[in-house]
Amino acid sequence: MEIDTVTEAAVVEEKRTTVNNVMCLLTDQDGGPIGAPMYLPQNIGPQQLQLIVNQLLNNEEKLPYAFYISDEELLVPLETYLQKHKVSVEKALPIVCQPQAVFRIRPVNRCSATISGHGEAVLSVAFSPDGRQLASGSGDTTVRFWDLGTQTPMYTCTGHKNWVLCIAWSPDGKYLVSGSMSGELICWDPQTGKQLGNALTGHKKWITGISWEPVHLNAPCRRFVSASKDGDARIWDVSLKKCIVLCGHTLAVTCVKWGGDGVIYTGSQDCTIKVWETTEGKLIRELKGHGHWVNSLALSTEYVLRTGAFDHTGKQYSSPDEMKKVALERYNTTRGTAPERLVSGSDDFTMFLWEPFINKHPKTRMTGHQQLVNHVYFSPDGQWIASASFDKSVKIWNGTTGKFVTAFRGHVGPVYQISWSADSRLLLSGSKDSTLKVWDIRTRKLKQDLPGHADEVFSVDWSPDGEKVASGGKDKVLKLWMG
Amino acid sequence: MPQNEYMERHRREHGRRFDHEERIRKKEARKAHKHSKQAQQAIGIKGKQIAKKNYAEKAQMKRTLAMHDESTSRRKADDNVQEGAVPAYLLDRENTTRAKILSNTIKQKRKEKAGKWDVPLPKVRPVAEDEMFKVVRTGKRKTKQWKRMVTKATFVGPGFTRKPPKYERFIRPTGLRFTKAHVTHPELKCTFNLEIIGVKKNPNGPMYTSLGVITRGSIIEVNVSELGLVTPAGKVVWGKYAQVTNNPENDGCINAVLLV
Repeated sequence: MEIDTVTEAAVVEEKRTTVNNVMCLLTDQDGGPIGAPMYLPQNIGPQQLQLIVNQLLNNEEKLPYAFYISDEELLVPLETYLQKHKVSVEKALPIVCQPQAVFRIRPVNRCSATISGHGEAVLSVAFSPDGRQLASGSGDTTVRFWDLGTQTPMYTCTGHKNWVLCIAWSPDGKYLVSGSMSGELICWDPQTGKQLGNALTGHKKWITGISWEPVHLNAPCRRFVSASKDGDARIWDVSLKKCIVLCGHTLAVTCVKWGGDGVIYTGSQDCTIKVWETTEGKLIRELKGHGHWVNSLALSTEYVLRTGAFDHTGKQYSSPDEMKKVALERYNTTRGTAPERLVSGSDDFTMFLWEPFINKHPKTRMTGHQQLVNHVYFSPDGQWIASASFDKSVKIWNGTTGKFVTAFRGHVGPVYQISWSADSRLLLSGSKDSTLKVWDIRTRKLKQDLPGHADEVFSVDWSPDGEKVASGGKDKVLKLWMG
Repeated sequence: MPQNEYMERHRREHGRRFDHEERIRKKEARKAHKHSKQAQQAIGIKGKQIAKKNYAEKAQMKRTLAMHDESTSRRKADDNVQEGAVPAYLLDRENTTRAKILSNTIKQKRKEKAGKWDVPLPKVRPVAEDEMFKVVRTGKRKTKQWKRMVTKATFVGPGFTRKPPKYERFIRPTGLRFTKAHVTHPELKCTFNLEIIGVKKNPNGPMYTSLGVITRGSIIEVNVSELGLVTPAGKVVWGKYAQVTNNPENDGCINAVLLV
């Protein structure tokens, strides 16, 4: 309490003559109070509040914070806010402090390279977790690795018999797995571009999704799970070439995610989401609620699971154990004390927010889209949910409560895929109308319009180090965008 | 007609004859020969009937055999790569080709210029008045002919009471009144049994609209609150238009397509 009085006194001292005070209660994002309620002078703005919070929490480095009063960001001094909104000063004013990323990612604004090479539409692009490598899967049955330095093709990997629908990097960056239309999975070595072992066969129809086991549960990465149209999901072991079948869905599995707490989530066209245990493939839970196909799932910790131990500093790790330790640390800070949250987007135009470990009923139903929701994605800090829909809009929702925040309109065709920047401040969307658009979360406006593709954009990815954006589409070229 | 299960009873009490199995086996073995002899001898319509039946059986058998063959021999699943790759999330969705979309949009534009609705059934057969109404003769001598009975399905609001017979010109028979319709959502491809709110437009004329006559091609308003559709503002939509696609007076039910 000493600090309170000191800072308060210091600030008050200067403006004692003119300024009114207001009772404020600073809380963290889960609603836990930071210090006791205190009197703050009305003329302080976000900068001063930031100083106070940093001092209250005894942060060694000064972290940036954003402040929210009843879900609206505070950008002006308190005084202006109070006058505008006519808030009662009788009660303590709750101010929610959201820690922001300490780094800032520049929005991309130009196309740095258009690389042709694929003979058919580019169906998926993905940056490696450290952001130094790029791979793409295409309808010409090849997987290609691209050299980001020279922006030229590096390896062309042939092996699939049909369209390569999905690709996924292992969180330690040592493997790339690709799944094809004919149902086989192939594991590639990104260093040499060679196929590792034979193709993994077992699925009877095409692959719809691949997800790796998080590195903080098991290092080095060996296991991944794949979902298929035939209604099964399979857990594969890269080195043992064995698989465990997760069967139970009556229709095609559309999406699969390996959660940070060691469970697998699958969403299916039979309107259910199932939760599986990973060692034997037992069904733990079934989440029902959707009225039509479940198209997409997202976890609150998904971004950190994807990047594993790699963060914005670009540090490399030598041993798997070290990597595991760092990844676990990063996972725990992102997750906090709250349980893992899951959001599902569906063909019934709605989304549900679940907390699968607490309740098998949804936490919130998020309505507002007028067409099916094709892709949902949690922001890297878990604070926002973005949803891309065929109604040409991207909507932003609060990541903890599921409340509607804002809608980004601007695309003139269905929005296919979205991708967050690593600092959660920018959102990228790719659409059927052949453009990419960058949206600013803070101002809730279009930041950058990126035309250039000649046809539909099927896949977008923002590299985890924030330097580049890659996009691929029906016009058979891969485009790299830079800031 | 047997009045009881006396054969079963006899069998229960006395058992079958000792050579029963043998006789069945022989009868079964002889069946093919008997059938063949019959097939060869039969002439005329009987012959044709037998030949047709035999052909159908043979075709069915061939089909079954082919199916079994397929499951045992491992076939290569369409190994030729097709043109026009699409990502996994678009694979299950029907997508019309680009040229078709373009021509569709042009057509739509033209229609909008002409001020027409774009509905699933753009044209319907006009229904003449004498088909729509039956003349009811009234009066002591049955000479008056001003009363009409509607011969098509109708929708009558829940609060409706009939007028006294002297003033009731149009009778809407209770047997042909409907309150619910089977409405198909064209995108979800599901059908729901929804309540009718009203008749928006009958293509045959405004009089039929106001009478609530439902014929093929009529636009009806249905209660979609249970489908959970939402407006951009997040409010639940409860009334939506649908077009009737069948002839309700013949079928005894109303089938309709939701207009989205």
